[in-house]
Amino acid sequence: MSRQSEFRRAILDPARPVPPDLLDGRNGSAGWRFSVYRNNVTLSLTEALEQTFPVIRKLIGPQAFATVAGAYLRAHPPTSPVLSRYGAEFPDYLARFKPLAQLGYLPDTARLERALVDSYHAADATPVDPAIFARTAPEDLPRLHLRLAPAARLLCSPWPIHGIWRFNTEEGAPQPPHHAQDVLVTRPEYDPLPRLLPPGGAAFLAAIAADAPLGTAMDRATETSPDFDLSTLLGLLLQDNAIADATLDMAP
Amino acid sequence: MSNTIKTMAIATAVTAAIAGHATTATAQEKVKCFGVSLAGQNDCKAGAGTTCAGTSTVDYQGNAWTLVDKGTCTTMELPEMANGTPRMGSLEELDRDLPQS
Repeated sequence: MSRQSEFRRAILDPARPVPPDLLDGRNGSAGWRFSVYRNNVTLSLTEALEQTFPVIRKLIGPQAFATVAGAYLRAHPPTSPVLSRYGAEFPDYLARFKPLAQLGYLPDTARLERALVDSYHAADATPVDPAIFARTAPEDLPRLHLRLAPAARLLCSPWPIHGIWRFNTEEGAPQPPHHAQDVLVTRPEYDPLPRLLPPGGAAFLAAIAADAPLGTAMDRATETSPDFDLSTLLGLLLQDNAIADATLDMAP
Repeated sequence: MSNTIKTMAIATAVTAAIAGHATTATAQEKVKCFGVSLAGQNDCKAGAGTTCAGTSTVDYQGNAWTLVDKGTCTTMELPEMANGTPRMGSLEELDRDLPQS
């Protein structure tokens, strides 16, 4: 094993010995100094996860969170020097983490927290001018393609993730309901917001994201939810600057 | 759903959405306003390794910002500076009230 990979293994796993012939500044064995460094790596990565996933930490408690964070950082060391990207696989890891298997809503709640940070760092986009909708002839509207802003993130879940997130972040928020919730993360100005989607909203947005025109997206939505309300959803998308562009599909 | 009904449904929804948007949109717009937040109360939610929220160390620090309603940044009342000159918020970074280095 190369010295570098030995160092890398030892830095993440306190059960491994300090790499031999690692020296301190006075040509003595590195010894405890390596342990201090190892401790800082573990601690800073655990803190990074705590900052990205505060709701998960609140749900399972700081002690359990530290345990799963410790296991995670050994299984998934950072792949990017950008600390805010650390924890991309954490939701999937939670889904496979046996001791927490009975809390089925954890992975999707973590996905929502991850999406909020990703949305924060997504590229800027000039929101579409709503006048384009007024300029488009009514019979052409079904062929209009909408492009969502890069900061928009769609999450579909069998769990009430929006209610769980609110209950654990907002003072006086109501108890989460007992039904599935889909969420669109938007970034109206600088801070991302999790927006609860109406029935059919996720089907509509998934179609839009796959570059289907408005008419097809409308079909997908009404298939899953016959009383889908396009007006409310479109109003939300405009209000939250979630539409970056609208172009007419020229094919008949 | 027949195509005619669908086209009508979309047209009606779009019209309603735009009408609603025109009345709500401008009221909620926020801007970054520099030099108005109290020490430790500046905004920013960038996540791990980048967190800058709550890092200003001086009241009205000129390079720290907070989100305020559009149009209020340069008009809000702030206490004047020690030498008597008036203090104003700015849409761009200021070089006043910086922490001493």
